[in-house]
Formats: sequence, structure tokens, C-alpha cells
Amino acid sequence: MSFRRLISPFALFPVLAFLGGCSGNWGWYVVNPSIPAGRRNLLFLLDGLYYTIALSVTAILISIILGLLVALPGLASQRPARVINRVYVELVRAVPILVLILWVYYGLPQVADISISVFWAGVLALAISDSAFQAEIFRAGIQSIDRGQHEAAHSISLSYVDKMRFVILPQAIKRILPALGNQLVYMLKMSSLVSVIGMEELTRRANELVVTEYRPLEIYTVLVLEYLVLILVVSAAVRWFEMRMGAADKR
Amino acid sequence: MAAADASAFISLRNVDKYFGDFQALDDVSLDIGLGQKIVICGPSGSGKSTLIRCINRLETHDRGAISIDGVTLDDGAAARAVLRNNVGMVFQQFNLFPHLSILENLTLGPVRARGLDPQKSRELAEYYLERVKIPEQIDKYPHQLSGGQQQRVAIARALCMEPRIMLFDEPTSALDPEMIAEVLEVIEELAGSGMTMICVTHEMGFAGHVADQMVFMDHGRIVEMAPPDTFFSKPESERCRTFLQQILRH
Repeated sequence: MSFRRLISPFALFPVLAFLGGCSGNWGWYVVNPSIPAGRRNLLFLLDGLYYTIALSVTAILISIILGLLVALPGLASQRPARVINRVYVELVRAVPILVLILWVYYGLPQVADISISVFWAGVLALAISDSAFQAEIFRAGIQSIDRGQHEAAHSISLSYVDKMRFVILPQAIKRILPALGNQLVYMLKMSSLVSVIGMEELTRRANELVVTEYRPLEIYTVLVLEYLVLILVVSAAVRWFEMRMGAADKR
Repeated sequence: MAAADASAFISLRNVDKYFGDFQALDDVSLDIGLGQKIVICGPSGSGKSTLIRCINRLETHDRGAISIDGVTLDDGAAARAVLRNNVGMVFQQFNLFPHLSILENLTLGPVRARGLDPQKSRELAEYYLERVKIPEQIDKYPHQLSGGQQQRVAIARALCMEPRIMLFDEPTSALDPEMIAEVLEVIEELAGSGMTMICVTHEMGFAGHVADQMVFMDHGRIVEMAPPDTFFSKPESERCRTFLQQILRH
């Protein structure tokens, strides 16, 4: 099943090649690996993979931590803590990612009097933007744990931190794993927006090549395929991981 | 109202508890000495569970005072320490930690809350699993055990904190009938060893063996309190008489 899903994007290649054959509009030479210039272009495009992955993975790790820190006050019995959670989630959700990226890169250095690299500006903007969603995922996950688990932890006098760390979160994370996988896929796609501030990831590379080669159709088609393959691989990995966790559960 | 009994280890004074508009506890006063065994019964919604949940602060009472070993229960550190060092609880639904092995269930409290080293905690776990007669289950997970075994693990988990009082909240109500006896047997042995106990249950045969005092609650009030022989043979209130007739008919 997952093998078929993995190879399905490659099945598009003959179709596209056929299209290229029937119409004069396709010019695959620009990314044809059997000729030196095409191979060079292709490698140039694929090279963006590193930053796409580095951006997304760093951002998701930070957004998970941030999301958890935002989720916890949302579960508190004190109203002010819950208000902080709501305000953060509502505000962050209301700002488009692209706008946040631009603001963090161009605005933040002036406000905070710091210099920030393109990479970290991208990571920060993606992480903040995603953290609101992570917070909601964590809140739902933690709320789904039976009240009896909290009471049992209380009955053996665990502190709040120990209760969360050893009792509640291990169970909650198992339940929210599918949602976390979705967020990773979402993050991989949204990382393309960081191209606007000059991050040399997949999309930026494609844009740059289009400018020099004047072959947007072929180059963006390759870009589509790059994301498709990347995301299908990641989805398969997430599913595999979930299955393993499920299997470990049946010990 | 009677003055606080100086020998009382646990003392409840005029305790009220509300859930919204519903009054779950209504002016409850109760003194329990070390080594005493109290069995609480009454119809559902009468406040029995709320009473023992207030004693370990799973619920916070709204009025009155509860003290254990002379320490008044509030949000302070002294109250937390007195609960940690004295009070264990067993729930109707066991509430074992499903993602942890039996050993980890038992050692989590000793290691994290009491600060014992892992080796000492393991010995404690082995000792109490022996006491509840399932030492061979130490490396399994909760879902691999029967309900009766799970509840015995839950009892061992509470005992690993080495409390002086054990609270039982309907410990056999979620069990299949054939497993009730094995759990009651463990609790009876515990009672025999001198543990102070407050137990909410409808197992009247068990209550008759174990209890020093029977408490009957209705509408959040303690309606009747007596040693088992008087309690069962000549209950004073009409309400208690009806309740006992209904429950003992089977």
C-alpha cells in the first residue's frame, strides 16, 4: 500500500514526457540528467532540499515545545492563565505565515535591535505560526486523558511537573502523534514561503533557475515533484512510526 | 458540636462541600483515631465518595476544617507533606498508569515523590506485590492483568508510599463478582495488620468483619454511626433501616 503511494509520483514522469513529445511547449532539456547542463540544473534544484528539511524540522521541534508551553496554561483552573492561552492562540492564528515571515525578518531586527539570519528568521516565523496549532493539539490530547489518571498521580503525591512528565504527556503524545505528523507535512509545505526572504530552499532554487533558464513550466513541474516525493516519504515514515508505537502498545 | 477529640488522627469539623448549587457534604463532623477502620455506606449521591476525596484533597471542601495528624488541610506545603506521608488511596476504576509496567506503577511515587533511590523503591514494590499476592506480575503491563489483579496492584501502589491511612473508594464496585473476594481478602489482611482505613463499600459482609464503626450517609449528612453489631441489628433511623433492608435482601 505505502509502496504504491511512494512510487505513484514517478508514474507521472512518462505522462509528462509524453506531453512534452506531443506539444512544442515542453523543453525537458533544461532538467535532463543525461546532458551536463540539465544535470547541473537538476542538482542545483535538489540542493535546496537540505534547507527545506532543516527549516521544517528545526521549526517543528521549536513549535512543539512552544505549543506545549502555551497549551499548559490553557488547561489551568485559574482564569488568567486560560486567558493568556486564548489570546496567544487567537492572535498567532490570525497572522498569515507569509506576513509573519516578512515581519520577523525585516521588522524584528529593528524592534529588538538584533541581527537575525534568514534561516533563523524563517525558523522563528514558522515555529511561532505553527505553535498556535500545536497548542490546540496538545490541549485536546491532554484533555482526552481520563481524569482518573490525574487523580491517581495526585494520590501518590506527584508534583504537577512529574505528573505531566511521567503520567499525562506520555499517554497524550501517543494519541496526538497522527496530528503531529500532519503538522510536519504542513510545515514542509509552508517552508516554501521562506523563499521570499532569500532562503535557498527548494522553491527559491526553482525561482532562481527560472530567471536564468526561462523554463518555468519544466522547472516548476520538477519543484512540484520534489515536494510530492518529499511529503509522501515523510507521510510514510510517520505512518510507520505510528504503527510501531501501536505495536509497542500491544506488548 | 462536640469538641475535637484529642486522640483523633483525622478530624473533620462541620465540613460543607458544594458542586455548584448541589450540596454534596452538609455539616459533616467525624473523628478517626489511628488504627481505626471506618466503613461508609449510603445511597448513591449521598456524599460518601466526596467525603473521602476531601480527606486527600482530590476535592477541596468549602467550609469547615479537616485536619490530619494535627495539620489543617489547605493549599500549603505542610498540608501537602502530611498527605504525602500519611494518606494512600484506592479508586473504584483502579486508575493504574497503562503505559507503565507494574514495577514502574509502583515505584513512580516512591522515587519521584518520596525521593527514595530506585533500588530501595524496587524492594518496596516487590514487598508489597508479595503482600497482595501477585509478585509474578511485576514486569507485566496493567492491561495484561485481570480486574482483580489490577485492583490489587493499585492497593500495592498506594502502600508503596507507606501511608498510615488508606482510603478505599468503592474498591470492588467495578469488578466482576468472582474477583471481588480476592480484593476484599487483601483489604481484610491489611486491616488485620493495623492499618487505619476509611472504606466506602456496599459489601456489607466484609464491612461487618472489618469495621470498628459503620457510618451511614444520606443527602450529604452523616445520619448514623455505630459499631457494626448495633448498626446492622438495630439501626436507629428509618432511612438507614430501609437502606439496609434493600441492600441486604440479596
